[in-house]
Amino acid sequence: MSRFNELTIVRAAQALRTKECTVRELWDACATAAREKNPELNAYLEIFDVDEAAIEAAQKRIEAGDASLLCGIPLALKDNILLEGKVASAASKMLANYRATYDATVVRKLKEAGALFVGRTNMDEFAMGSSTEHSAFGPTKNPRDTSRVPGGSSGGSAAAVAAHLCIAALGSDTGGSIRQPAAYTGLVGLKPTYGAVSRSGLIAMGSSLDQIGPLTKSVEDGRILYEAIRGSDPLDSTTIADGLYSAHVSSAALRIGVPRELIGDGVDEDVKAVFEGVLKKLEEAGHSIVDVALPTSSHALAAYYVIMPAEVSTNLARLDGIRYGHASRGDTLLADYVQSRTEGFGEETLRRIILGTFVLSSGYIDAYYRKADAARELLRSEYNAAFKNCDVIAFPTTPSPAFTFGAKSDPLSMYLEDVYTVTANLTGMPAVSVPMGDVAREGNMLPVGIHFTAPHQGEELLFVAASEVEKTQTA
Amino acid sequence: MATVDDVKKLAALSRIELKDAQLQKFTNEFDSILAYVSQLESLELPSAGSEKPQLRNVMRVEGEPHPSGIYTEKIAAQFPAREGDALVVKQIIKHE
Repeated sequence: MSRFNELTIVRAAQALRTKECTVRELWDACATAAREKNPELNAYLEIFDVDEAAIEAAQKRIEAGDASLLCGIPLALKDNILLEGKVASAASKMLANYRATYDATVVRKLKEAGALFVGRTNMDEFAMGSSTEHSAFGPTKNPRDTSRVPGGSSGGSAAAVAAHLCIAALGSDTGGSIRQPAAYTGLVGLKPTYGAVSRSGLIAMGSSLDQIGPLTKSVEDGRILYEAIRGSDPLDSTTIADGLYSAHVSSAALRIGVPRELIGDGVDEDVKAVFEGVLKKLEEAGHSIVDVALPTSSHALAAYYVIMPAEVSTNLARLDGIRYGHASRGDTLLADYVQSRTEGFGEETLRRIILGTFVLSSGYIDAYYRKADAARELLRSEYNAAFKNCDVIAFPTTPSPAFTFGAKSDPLSMYLEDVYTVTANLTGMPAVSVPMGDVAREGNMLPVGIHFTAPHQGEELLFVAASEVEKTQTA
Repeated sequence: MATVDDVKKLAALSRIELKDAQLQKFTNEFDSILAYVSQLESLELPSAGSEKPQLRNVMRVEGEPHPSGIYTEKIAAQFPAREGDALVVKQIIKHE
């Protein structure tokens, strides 16, 4: 029997009910593993002390026959999601001592479900990056190969789940920050439809792009965690009601759209081969593969790197050293702002704030921001047209497996990491990354992911497609 | 082409101060980033007018406000400097 921390949500919930283990034993297994392995991996920025009252309450609920599968399950939270009374730093010096004054809606929902929180996980500062190298508190290492990054920005959450330092975790995804780390660590990562999950209590990066979502060891776990956190919320006016978009009927056989022209020279040959192999297996299982054309996708990353920094520069304007966060004092009020911000933000954050200030400035807003916004709309209509002929759209989550530390020190090469994932954030459509196999790098087998996008509110189609891929992996 | 002076001005607008070495580095990087995002210029957009989103009231209806003061201490505890429940800031108007 595997150690309790290595279980999935489904298996752990079962073990708690068949009395294979108690909530306390499950907690101890996760917390002990976290304390043992964190010095090497740096997945957690803080491992919380045991909450005896929460453990006891969860145990009682389970014994009383509580149906919530998350009851008593130890989870990890990305450091940009507020848990009242705990530090939420977004891995920035700016908020190193900031204590959350309220629970994020997703945290409130998980608390109500009886879930426990092991700790807060490392990330790229303010979720800006694709490797967790931009954390103010040191990078996180990939448990599959510690010379490599776990991806980012939710790299701490991904490493914590992949190394079994918790049962599952929440991350946030602005341009691929859940799906890319999921691919790099062999996990399932879901970015829900924009508005499906409340952003109340999520430290904002790009408000029209951000979504909270699960990082899990299985597709079924992803569904359970997603179902627990989703739903419209009066505290986030961008959340959407069920049934806002027309329902998607999926038959037993999926039509999987593949935009061949996008999977070209930029993708490693062995990643392409694994991708084609999975498509073949899906075809053998009775699903059909259809060609789709998404010509504007080649401009998606450029549009993203205009819209995202514009929103970053706006959102991070609130961090001025006056009301909370890092506060440095100069001779004038202006000096207070400038010193606090200059000392508090790391280099990548500064870069994106300045870039955002540029694309929004008078004289450039039409050429950059408005053009990017129009491209976004065009992209959405292209995807909607493509979905008339297919249920989901598939491509590799990333062009390559996890890279080594420092390999992408030039900002543009790091930005190109997001080339496949950003489109779902721009269109607001849900997307998932699920492990599709391994490729060899320097003697290590590294996981790679297949990425599915579905129409708005089509999460169910994603779970079906991802489960089908999961079957090909275990068969 | 971005110049060091451009980046310096943008930093000032952003309430940020960059060191000389950082200014030069950012200026160089900006050129490559802007060259990349400039591919948007070649994107042809359909001439038809863009679809306007439906508007709705996104403000929360003020039904039952929370009791006054229940968050005050939690929020005030985050202040860099406080006097009672008040946030202390620099005096900006001088009395002479």
